[in-house]
Amino acid sequence: MYRYDEFDHQFVKARTAEFADQVDRRLAGELTEDQFKPLRLMNGVYLQLHAYMLRIAIPYGTLSSRQLRMLAHIARTYDKGYGHFTTRQNLQFNWPALSDIPQILADLASVEMHAIQTSGNCIRNVTADHFAGAAADEVADPRPYAEILRQWSSVHPEFSFLPRKFKIAVTGAERDRAAIQVHDIGLHLKKNAAGELGFAVYVGGGQGRTPFVAKKVRDFLPEEDLLTYTTAILRVYNLNGRRDNKYKARIKILVHETGTEELTRQIEAEFAAIREGELKLPQADIDAIERYFTPPALPARPEGTVIETSAKLANPAFASWVKRNVNPHKNPDYASVTISLKGIGEVPGDATDAQMDAVADLAEELAFDEIRVSHEQNLILPHVARADLKEVYKRLEAIGLATANAGLVTDIIACPGLDYCALANARSISVAQEISNRFGSQARQEEIGELKLKISGCINACGHHHVGHIGILGVEKKGTELYQITLGGSGDENTSIGEIVGRGFTAEEIADAIETVVETYLALRTDKSEDFLAAYRRVGAAPFKQALYGAEAKAA
Amino acid sequence: MKILTANRLTDGEAVWLCADHSWAETIDAAEIARDAATEEKLERAGKAAVCKNEVVDLALVDVELVDGRIWPKRLRERIRAAGPTNRTDLGKQARPDISIAA
Ligand code: SF4
Repeated sequence: MYRYDEFDHQFVKARTAEFADQVDRRLAGELTEDQFKPLRLMNGVYLQLHAYMLRIAIPYGTLSSRQLRMLAHIARTYDKGYGHFTTRQNLQFNWPALSDIPQILADLASVEMHAIQTSGNCIRNVTADHFAGAAADEVADPRPYAEILRQWSSVHPEFSFLPRKFKIAVTGAERDRAAIQVHDIGLHLKKNAAGELGFAVYVGGGQGRTPFVAKKVRDFLPEEDLLTYTTAILRVYNLNGRRDNKYKARIKILVHETGTEELTRQIEAEFAAIREGELKLPQADIDAIERYFTPPALPARPEGTVIETSAKLANPAFASWVKRNVNPHKNPDYASVTISLKGIGEVPGDATDAQMDAVADLAEELAFDEIRVSHEQNLILPHVARADLKEVYKRLEAIGLATANAGLVTDIIACPGLDYCALANARSISVAQEISNRFGSQARQEEIGELKLKISGCINACGHHHVGHIGILGVEKKGTELYQITLGGSGDENTSIGEIVGRGFTAEEIADAIETVVETYLALRTDKSEDFLAAYRRVGAAPFKQALYGAEAKAA
Repeated sequence: MKILTANRLTDGEAVWLCADHSWAETIDAAEIARDAATEEKLERAGKAAVCKNEVVDLALVDVELVDGRIWPKRLRERIRAAGPTNRTDLGKQARPDISIAA
């Protein structure tokens, strides 16, 4: 994985010292809140309902054991013994005191981490496929490119005050596990007919108040042009994006208002002007970054198949877990393991300090010292020998992290919602917990099959509800929580935005309503091989409306 | 009826303005404004505290009295006064002397 060089160390250290000084001046009253707020936001510090919140960047979701242990240490020492993994592959602490944050950032810097650019109108943490570098279906590891983008975008002088925040995601496989089409820029790493690497480039996707699926502006961009082309897109946006209205400031609105054709023309014109300039990536530079991501040397472990087969026969729970939480690896002796942070009835994405420590130990001993955070709020061990799966399962079970539900209805994405978030209209966590308990039976979940349920506590859509097969959006109506259901969304290579089915449901009604939706699907699917999304795409919203609203639906 | 709330600068703790212009960590101690003049008085005191860098994010919030106790009308404010509803071991509700629940 990437290691800081001298420059990175100096930069993060200087920034930590600078922010420590700003915090001191704020606490001494030398800076007002108006002066301080933009400074703290640039360092990932928010103020939420109960306390400050610190958002820590985990570049493209990749962590070493040492880093995860430091996160556990911070949770234990300065916070309340847990952290929350987010849909942007970051980690949030919910209770740090402002006066402790300089020390937390110094601790983070000691393991090559920081919280820079996790807020503000700048280029945010670049996200990537959580199986990157391991997945059997991958063309190439997208993380070197994410790292190149990270270096280029860190305190970029031209792009630190954009009209609005800017999110980039990269995937290296046809199967999009990074939701690239709902990002400001989505990059799909692929090979052309000549076998050269490059990117399909998508622009203007996003969720929030006005959701849009990104438009493809380039079918193949040679890898050497990555930074020039990205610069061209950002320049067009920086110049023409709206600054008069926060709700219309994202690039998706510019794409929509300008039209894809005209916008592409503008981007291409800028690109042509700068293409042969200093941002062209020399192959030697790409190679140098790629070397950091060289996969670990994986010794042959052909005994895996036999061990796994007998363990499955002996333990059906292990068999379920392998079926759901184990993903094929490039090397057939190995696999990638999803550690579900969605225990039945638990808070999606939360992990205790003890769990983080235990996962760090596990990764160090049995998974080549690498952990990933997925945008679905789970942890991943990308390289595990199949022969060790049984041991990994046993150890995850001991810390309550062996739930066999990856991709099932209880693998719910939920934002912090009104239990923590200052912008929230309604709670998300409690809804997720209730639904998780409802569908907690392993047999029932497996019978239902692949179903992505995503919950946001307000229209900002941090819980990705727009791209949930079933999405739930919390709103506030007359002082009470109300939940709108959307159906048919998807965040993969066939991205779609879910459609609102009808009037919302109260907190007491919402789990029943979800149950109705699921039962309706089960009754109408052609057979078990037709998953929820496929069935919805075949039949549309009508049967679900009928089931949810009855006569009311006919009248509408 | 309204009360004035804010977050303490040093640690972000939710606090409420009391009659003696101190900031209480629990909502029960808040001074209630029943008329516009008292609301103004609360706001003046709050702004002074902001200037002195004691608190940030001032807000006057609507409350009523339920069984003689202050009860914010919005769930948001009830959660601020108690803590996360999914973790009663966290926030003010976890303190032995606090009985409010969101
Ligand atoms: S979706 Fe809304 S409620 Fe949820 S975390 Fe984002 S801003 Fe907060």
